[in-house]
Amino acid sequence: MLEVSDLHVYYGGIHALKGISLEAARGQIVTLIGANGAGKSSTLRAISGLIKNKKGTITYKGQDITAMDPVEVVKSGIVMSPEGRRIFPHLSVEENLYLGAYSRSDKDGIERDKEWVFDLFPRLRERKNQKGGTLSGGEQQMLAVARALMSAPDVIMLDEPSLGLAPLLVNDVFKIIGLINEEQGKTVVLVEQNAFAALKIAHYAYVLETGSIVLQGTGEELINDKRIIEAYLGG
Amino acid sequence: MNLATFIQHFLNSLTLGSLYALIAIGYTMVYGILRLINFAHSEIFMLGAYLVFWGITLFHLPWPLAIVASIILVAGMGIMVDRIAYRPLRDAPRISALISAIGVSFFLQNVAIVFFQAIPREVYRPEWLENPIIFHGVRVLPLTLFVPVLSLLLMLGLVYVVYHTKAGLGMRAISKDIETSYLMGVSVNQVIALTFGIGSALAAASGIMWALRYPQLQPIMGTIPGFKAFIAAVFGGIGSIQGAVIGGLTLGFIEIMTVAFFPDLAGYRDAFAFILLIAILLVKPTGLLGVKMEDKV
Repeated sequence: MLEVSDLHVYYGGIHALKGISLEAARGQIVTLIGANGAGKSSTLRAISGLIKNKKGTITYKGQDITAMDPVEVVKSGIVMSPEGRRIFPHLSVEENLYLGAYSRSDKDGIERDKEWVFDLFPRLRERKNQKGGTLSGGEQQMLAVARALMSAPDVIMLDEPSLGLAPLLVNDVFKIIGLINEEQGKTVVLVEQNAFAALKIAHYAYVLETGSIVLQGTGEELINDKRIIEAYLGG
Repeated sequence: MNLATFIQHFLNSLTLGSLYALIAIGYTMVYGILRLINFAHSEIFMLGAYLVFWGITLFHLPWPLAIVASIILVAGMGIMVDRIAYRPLRDAPRISALISAIGVSFFLQNVAIVFFQAIPREVYRPEWLENPIIFHGVRVLPLTLFVPVLSLLLMLGLVYVVYHTKAGLGMRAISKDIETSYLMGVSVNQVIALTFGIGSALAAASGIMWALRYPQLQPIMGTIPGFKAFIAAVFGGIGSIQGAVIGGLTLGFIEIMTVAFFPDLAGYRDAFAFILLIAILLVKPTGLLGVKMEDKV
């Protein structure tokens, strides 16, 4: 469904991605793991259209989306929730959600989806008139995911959704990701530092190291892989 | 000073303050989104005034039509300025756009000199605007009443757009975090263009009312009001629309009232604004309602 082939990204003189190729099939959870600076975020940012200076091709549902800007990418059905949540602290919870639906014009559909994400995250309904900045870290992460869902995406890309959350909340986040995938059939591309939790729910996983994919396989395969255990799972 | 005179001064302050406020809103909206001081804004103000009188004398348009045409044209010019002079520099260091802004300001001023000539021109006012209204000893020109009311209506319209429309939601989001807004599907460039359009339309409205109030046109007429409105925006807290309104009104009151109470200081009239600027920068650099602008949360 989403296919990246031979993707190169340059930041000034730095060659950040050195020919990444990956694939996310419909309805799968695909995870990218690896150390800081391995190029996980860059991959997502390139797919979402934020990075213009890139080579290679990105295709989605058979369409070449490499040159699209972020608005076109969202409209085509791929949304990215950025690292650090980046909710709008001065806007209310509800406004944050409407912002996620900015690219849509079907009013009824937007209202329906708003009710649906409120059902998914009841805490957000309780706080819908509160400013985003007053939410706790966990609630802000819920809001970031909910906001991304408001664009009615087929593919949702999450950059470090568990970053900075208490262990209990990390569980919640992964539960929600599973739910979005299973109940809604959304394809999920997940970038995570928390390799173990990510591999546990992923159908397929890629391991990145300094801008290249060094290992790939199903989540189950990698979770038992000796190299992975040594490098990421603290074996 | 008797009460009637005081009321006259009060209304004059309100008028001048509203005119500053309308210009200041444009500065603050653009700054709020792009962190750019749009120096060309004072020329937009000037063009708004000129175009009305051009429309009336050259094309014999009726007043209301000339005003509407001027505001629309000037809003379009504001959008063009962004498109040509600022958008290509969006990813460049902020100082580049600032220099570009100064360039556009000089350019428009000189274009105005070429088209309208440098000699000041007198503004012909309809007769009903010339006759003062006298009420219980208070003598005011009709404009002194119209300007605050019209300004208030324009500001209410602005509040509606910013707080109750989709585009307004986009503006408020962009002002905090352009990249995430973009990721959420906000057409950033369109929203920025709209911001320039609205800010320019308000500056044009202010320029037109200014020219009726102080009936003289010249290509540099925007410079001093523009500077003062900028100071008003900084005083109120740049980036905040409410702040711009409060700053504009404050400046109007300080200017008129100081001269009213201390006529000896009349010659320093233009200096008050700059004293206010220095004072606020020393005491509260973010301005009255301003918050520290952060690029990332």
